[in-house]
Amino acid sequence: MTAVQERSSAGETSRPTALKRRRFKKPTVGAVIVYIAAGLLGVFWLLPLVWAVSTSLKSETEASLGQDIHWIPREWSIEGYKVLFERGDHLTWMLNSTVVSTIVTVLTLVLCTLAAYGFSRFDFPAKNIVFGAIIAGLMVPGQALIIPLFDLVNALHMGGTYWGLALPQVVAPVMVFILKRFFDGIPRDYEEAAKLDGAGHFRILWNVILPVSGPIMAAVGIFTFIGSWNNFLWPMLIATDPSMMTLPVGLQAVAGGYGLFYAQTMASAVLGAAPLLIIFLIFQKRIVKGVAGVGLK
Amino acid sequence: MTVKTEAPPVPAAMVRPPAANAKKSWTGLWFVLPFVAFYALFLVWPTFLGLYYSFTDKSLTGRAASWIGLDNWFEAFGDERAWNALWNTAEFTLYSTPPLVILSIIFALLVNRARRIGWFLRMAFFAPFVVPVSVVTMIWVWMYQPDGGLINHYLELLGLQNPDTNQIWVQGENGVAMWSVVITTVWWTLGFNFLLYLAALQTIDPAVYEASSIDGANWWQQLWRITLPLLNRTTAMVIVLQLIASLRIFDQMYIMTGGGPNRESEVAIHYIYIAGFEGFRIGYASALSYVLFVLILIISIFQFRLFSRKED
Repeated sequence: MTAVQERSSAGETSRPTALKRRRFKKPTVGAVIVYIAAGLLGVFWLLPLVWAVSTSLKSETEASLGQDIHWIPREWSIEGYKVLFERGDHLTWMLNSTVVSTIVTVLTLVLCTLAAYGFSRFDFPAKNIVFGAIIAGLMVPGQALIIPLFDLVNALHMGGTYWGLALPQVVAPVMVFILKRFFDGIPRDYEEAAKLDGAGHFRILWNVILPVSGPIMAAVGIFTFIGSWNNFLWPMLIATDPSMMTLPVGLQAVAGGYGLFYAQTMASAVLGAAPLLIIFLIFQKRIVKGVAGVGLK
Repeated sequence: MTVKTEAPPVPAAMVRPPAANAKKSWTGLWFVLPFVAFYALFLVWPTFLGLYYSFTDKSLTGRAASWIGLDNWFEAFGDERAWNALWNTAEFTLYSTPPLVILSIIFALLVNRARRIGWFLRMAFFAPFVVPVSVVTMIWVWMYQPDGGLINHYLELLGLQNPDTNQIWVQGENGVAMWSVVITTVWWTLGFNFLLYLAALQTIDPAVYEASSIDGANWWQQLWRITLPLLNRTTAMVIVLQLIASLRIFDQMYIMTGGGPNRESEVAIHYIYIAGFEGFRIGYASALSYVLFVLILIISIFQFRLFSRKED
């Protein structure tokens, strides 16, 4: 029980979970340096965001360029935020982004799950050719397709609509690939049992496959949502009307218009960053695991 | 029947190859069909449509297009502005990839050692990645302000800059504009690579290090002989993903520099955008797109091979 004793002597309360595989060693000089360096780097990395928040909470005069640089506002002011909320277009863009990203995420999850299940559990004519064609899509860079895609979406009379914004973002071969690989690893015994009970294919997918696929579905969903929310070029081409702009496009459209109102500019930056940052903080573990899953396999 | 929430580990012998005992039937096709329909409409069709357009003089104004053979392609290869844009794209890729790979390793190594504040560091390094590009550029352009901006202020304070000559960043000549965007990009997107490395590091069995410590290896030797070689596969993937992402550079460059000064930072997709949506030349822009397409395709083949390689 030396591990526990050493932990206690180091001034820490001993928990049962402290009995891990590795013994607790007294911090070496090297470890202290690593902690200090890592901690400072973490704080340093956050400085741009902190500076944006700090500026947004100053009055316009205090935030203007002639003033000296100080991080803590001398007079706290929410004037910048007030002006934005009075104008209201921020909320419109946030709503548009939410609608578009939700359509993209839901459709991606449904279509890719169905396709991955089909590829994983069935054999059908031309299966390998179809799967190969989809995997080849991994290599097609979306941005190089904007010209014909723009033409296509306008020909379908979807220009400037939610569908025109969302549908071209749904095609994600990589998600089919990731989900198929995961489904391949799920043992078939449950399904056999369900089949004996007379369950159909959809029932098996819903009651057997999906319940064990929670984390991977969450990862695919969250990444699709982030990607779509932050997409810039496509919405910029499609949503030319301010009432249809997504948040990144709208913010960019008015960024120049603020002129010298830096508190206001930074307030809009903070509001623009807030939704996904909050989602990220809530789902941090899931997201980290999701990246890991994509990377390791 | 109770459905467990987690799939238990399965011995390899139990996992049969997909559809080993299923007969060929059309059922599977119905599951695949909705995705395939989307895929055909929004990916396959535009890919061929773009190729077709590149042989026409199609215009955004909607007048009838006619077949002009290889004219667009010849024009593209003789277009100095196109070469300039391609070169700038290559330059950006060349500048941004090394820091985005090397710093990611260093950050991941640090966090792997400082596990007790791991949650904070993961948050700090990855948070910028979820911030929309327009917000990132707003904040950085504000920090890059030549007169009274945060960055110049601290550079002066550290004595790295003469207070009388304010460094111009996002419109700076001789590559300064490009570097400004590189720095912003590193801050913005490093978190993703960092997480890939961190995940890979955490799968390394600590026993390997313990064994080598007993053999008298110091941490420097462990880093070069154990850690980095074990990360090879991750590094290959990070580099390929990063190259593809960097070649696609547009958003932050377009917003921050607008391609300036003197087109020093005008990148490939920006020029495609200019040719297509400002010059209305869909046909010509399509030909330009295909040049970039082929470049990215070459690198993507490596990605494809990495992804399709089976785990041992």
